[in-house]
Amino acid sequence: MSADVRALEPQAKEILARYDQKKAAMLPLLHLVQERFGLISPEAERWVGEQTGVAVSHVHEVVTFYTMYRTKAIGRCHIQVCTNLPCVLRGAESALAYLKERLGIDVGETTPDGQFTLSSVECLCACEIAPMAQVNDRYVGPLDRSAIDRVLEEGGHVA
Amino acid sequence: MSPEPVLSRRFSQAGGAWYDAYAADGGYEAAKKALTTMTPAEVIDEVTRANLRGLGGAGFPTGKKWSFIPKNPSKPVYLVVNADEGEPGTFKDRCLLERDPHAIIEGMLIAAYAVGSHKAYIYIRGEYVEPYRRFCRAVEEARAHGWVGKGVQGVWDWEITVHRGAGAYICGEETALLTSLEGGKGFPRLKPPFPAISGLFACPTVVNNVETLASVPPILQRGAAWFAGLGTPKQGGTRLFSICGHVERPGVYEAPVSVTLRSLIERAGGVRGGRPLKAVVPGGISAKLLTASEADVAMDFDSLMAAGTMAGSGGVIVMDDTTCMVKALWTAAKFFAHESCGQCSPCREGTGWIFKVLTRVLHGQGRPQDLDILLSAAGGMEGKTICVFADAAAWPVQSYIRKFRAEFEHHIATGSCDLVRAHADAHH
Repeated sequence: MSADVRALEPQAKEILARYDQKKAAMLPLLHLVQERFGLISPEAERWVGEQTGVAVSHVHEVVTFYTMYRTKAIGRCHIQVCTNLPCVLRGAESALAYLKERLGIDVGETTPDGQFTLSSVECLCACEIAPMAQVNDRYVGPLDRSAIDRVLEEGGHVA
Repeated sequence: MSPEPVLSRRFSQAGGAWYDAYAADGGYEAAKKALTTMTPAEVIDEVTRANLRGLGGAGFPTGKKWSFIPKNPSKPVYLVVNADEGEPGTFKDRCLLERDPHAIIEGMLIAAYAVGSHKAYIYIRGEYVEPYRRFCRAVEEARAHGWVGKGVQGVWDWEITVHRGAGAYICGEETALLTSLEGGKGFPRLKPPFPAISGLFACPTVVNNVETLASVPPILQRGAAWFAGLGTPKQGGTRLFSICGHVERPGVYEAPVSVTLRSLIERAGGVRGGRPLKAVVPGGISAKLLTASEADVAMDFDSLMAAGTMAGSGGVIVMDDTTCMVKALWTAAKFFAHESCGQCSPCREGTGWIFKVLTRVLHGQGRPQDLDILLSAAGGMEGKTICVFADAAAWPVQSYIRKFRAEFEHHIATGSCDLVRAHADAHH
């Protein structure tokens, strides 16, 4: 992490003002850190602890409880394929297999150029477009081969 | 079937999500009526007589829940909206957040007034980035038009904080949601005390689902009797059913709560390719499975409970005759093992062991005693934990094995699901 987490203090102040108790700002502050730095470092955990008035061990416990928080860097384009029942019924496994083949990586891995990370996740509640995936912030589906090709084409340009 | 949509009427309207379209469609008239012509007690009475029930899944009567809030509390009262939609097979709250956010805000305002709350938090699941952005935009519109902030209709001060979750199914459970909102791991709490007495920040709190609150403005606008008349004697109104899996047109379909499961499937275009229906989950993945012959049941809370399953979140997962039930249950078990919060041993250990045993059955290494082991593990979880997650994890195990035992036994005996494949091929 090159930039200093303390640069986020003006935004943190605004977030804290929305909550009746400081500790309640935990999740939004962690989102703020991750959006800015791509991950949550030990240094950022200490900072969130200071902001919310709790021990850093508590912050770490929260960071590791929720699936969306990361302590390690990932690729610029994060493809999270749903492998829950409604998506499996409509072909999630072939979609995932095709993605692995095209990217040359397994689930949980990042391409050597740091462009793509492939994950499998539980239900994202968009079963009407099953099989689907979350690609960075966006929901995409149904994932047939041409939809996947488009995801990879567009994802290759994400800076 | 639903000639007059109540909850989805603006879903396909251009600009339906935004303030001008909402106001032009009679939006905020119900809130105006409540705040300027009714007492909070009268609002609660109206919602009670409408037979509105909690549409997050529990089906608790909404008016009754509101009436549990102490009348002259010494602490602030909070309204918390559960928009942490996560039940597999369910996507209706996402539609409301994206396509009709003002209906939710108006419902929240009426609820806040009814229970005496000046502060509302809405907890939106973290992955719902676009719904979150759209909802925030609607809140700012409502604020600009005087529906959020100080002196709404000269009567009510209230504020909304839009909060994002961070990826944990358990936070849809209301006490876990509160723990999470307070900045902790999403661990459920023992009840009692119920949130109405000691909820968010140990203050009196009402937790309502998105769709429940979106149902409130129509009730005040058109009356409790009209709303109650749309449903059964014990559950009023309509519901947004999420229909997915092996149907021709997966999507959200609104229907009166007394609609049958079979006619809902037909409305979604029927089973794909005209294939036979094999099984269907009527209320999200936690609900017990129904076989094709059980699909004539009505979808209200009481009818589905009488049928041995539950209405839950209204998420309908349809499976045709090509579905391997071992694979389907394994997929459900994977989910529960992943999402158990780990607080209670029966659930943490039970979901893990069920997944492990099902994995070996799926991969052709099952043992004859495995079905009994699975049922025994499921029995050891039911009713033995702080929240109902463990029960919800046990129910699919029990119902899939009970209703398709021969298929599981065949899988164990032969190490494969050729039974289901042969059956499906014969049909074709």
